[in-house]
Amino acid sequence: MAIKDYLRERFFPHMWCPGCGHGTVLNGMLRAIENLALEKNDIVMVSGIGCSARITGYVDFHTLHTIHGRALAFATGVKMSRPDLNLIVPMGDGDALAIGGNHFIHAARRNIDITAIIMNNRIYGMTGGQFSPLTGYGKMATTAPYANIDHAFDTVSLAISAGATFVARTTTYHVKQLTDIIQKAIQHKGFSVVEVLTQCPTYFGRKNKEGGAVEMLENYKNSTTPVGSQAGQVNPDLIERGIFVEKQMPEYCSEYSKIIQKAVKRK
Amino acid sequence: MGKPKLKELHIRQDWCKGCGICVHFCPQKVLELDDKDKAFAARPQDCISCRLCELRCPDLAIEVETEEE
Ligand SMILES: Cc1ncc(C[n+]2csc(CCOP(=O)(O)OP(=O)(O)O)c2C)c(N)n1
Ligand code: SF4
Ligand code: SF4
Ligand code: SF4
Ligand SMILES: [Mg+2]
Repeated sequence: MAIKDYLRERFFPHMWCPGCGHGTVLNGMLRAIENLALEKNDIVMVSGIGCSARITGYVDFHTLHTIHGRALAFATGVKMSRPDLNLIVPMGDGDALAIGGNHFIHAARRNIDITAIIMNNRIYGMTGGQFSPLTGYGKMATTAPYANIDHAFDTVSLAISAGATFVARTTTYHVKQLTDIIQKAIQHKGFSVVEVLTQCPTYFGRKNKEGGAVEMLENYKNSTTPVGSQAGQVNPDLIERGIFVEKQMPEYCSEYSKIIQKAVKRK
Repeated sequence: MGKPKLKELHIRQDWCKGCGICVHFCPQKVLELDDKDKAFAARPQDCISCRLCELRCPDLAIEVETEEE
């Protein structure tokens, strides 16, 4: 199926700013789904609130545009009632790790078969550029006009320690890797986390004098390195990208169905 | 099976927002922005059908059609 068959073309051009990386995440995600030849009716995409969350409006799958921070809770409900469906949950950094941080760690701990995509632009884009838990120390935001004093989460380490069984990171510059990783994340049985560094030129870029979308992508190219690379060992400031964890563990819905079988037998 | 040969670069100018990503990162410098800041193929003969523009465009405005298709 061609990419355009997965789109709700009537809503295009989309609402994101010129050069916003969220569109590239949508692009890569659709190509992953195309490569997997998934049926539209077998995909449920659930999002919360934010510029990133608007992604569900543009795809012709089953979609739920829910409330800020709670996309994973809605997705858990859908998955528990219909474990045969593929659940994909794209979230902003604020959505996933500020207001939604608790849902995130517990979904990871349960290892429920959901693909969580964190579209990390290090800012609250939708509401005007407030800092998020991923903005990072020393960075500027509308709510940190003298620089931010909060330290950022490392999404990858957080996801691993919370129990996610597939954890990866890439950027909107590394588009082939983006498609490949999302494809593997969807195929993985268990809780998958894909962090995508994605540019918000309008707020994060402008506030931090990082230039426009082109310069921000150049920065992703120059400030990242493949996981375990020599360059990363020499220069620890480089951000690693690639697959960090990929392991098999009992999955939540499978375990739950075993419990139901036990309970039915005892009656 | 040889390398895919370009048939046509389809650019939906009504979807393009002129961000310049495709122009800057095309390895062959095929693309340019016109006076309305819309991308167009200035040198299609140089295109190697790598599809990077298609994959990177945040507005899903580019489709690279090759001969095999
Ligand atoms: C319960 C609740 N609190 C706060 C908001 C306001 N709000 C809307 S989007 C948002 C943050 C968006 O940031 P992020 O999740 O990083 O997404 P982005 O816009 O950057 O893609 C906030 C705080 C809300 N909609 N609902
Ligand atoms: S404000 Fe930032 S995140 Fe929101 S659409 Fe614009 S560039 Fe994208
Ligand atoms: S990347 Fe897409 S939106 Fe940006 S200039 Fe090129 S065609 Fe237009
Ligand atoms: S397919 Fe590759 S070479 Fe051709 S225009 Fe796009 S980026 Fe340039
Ligand atoms: Mg954000």
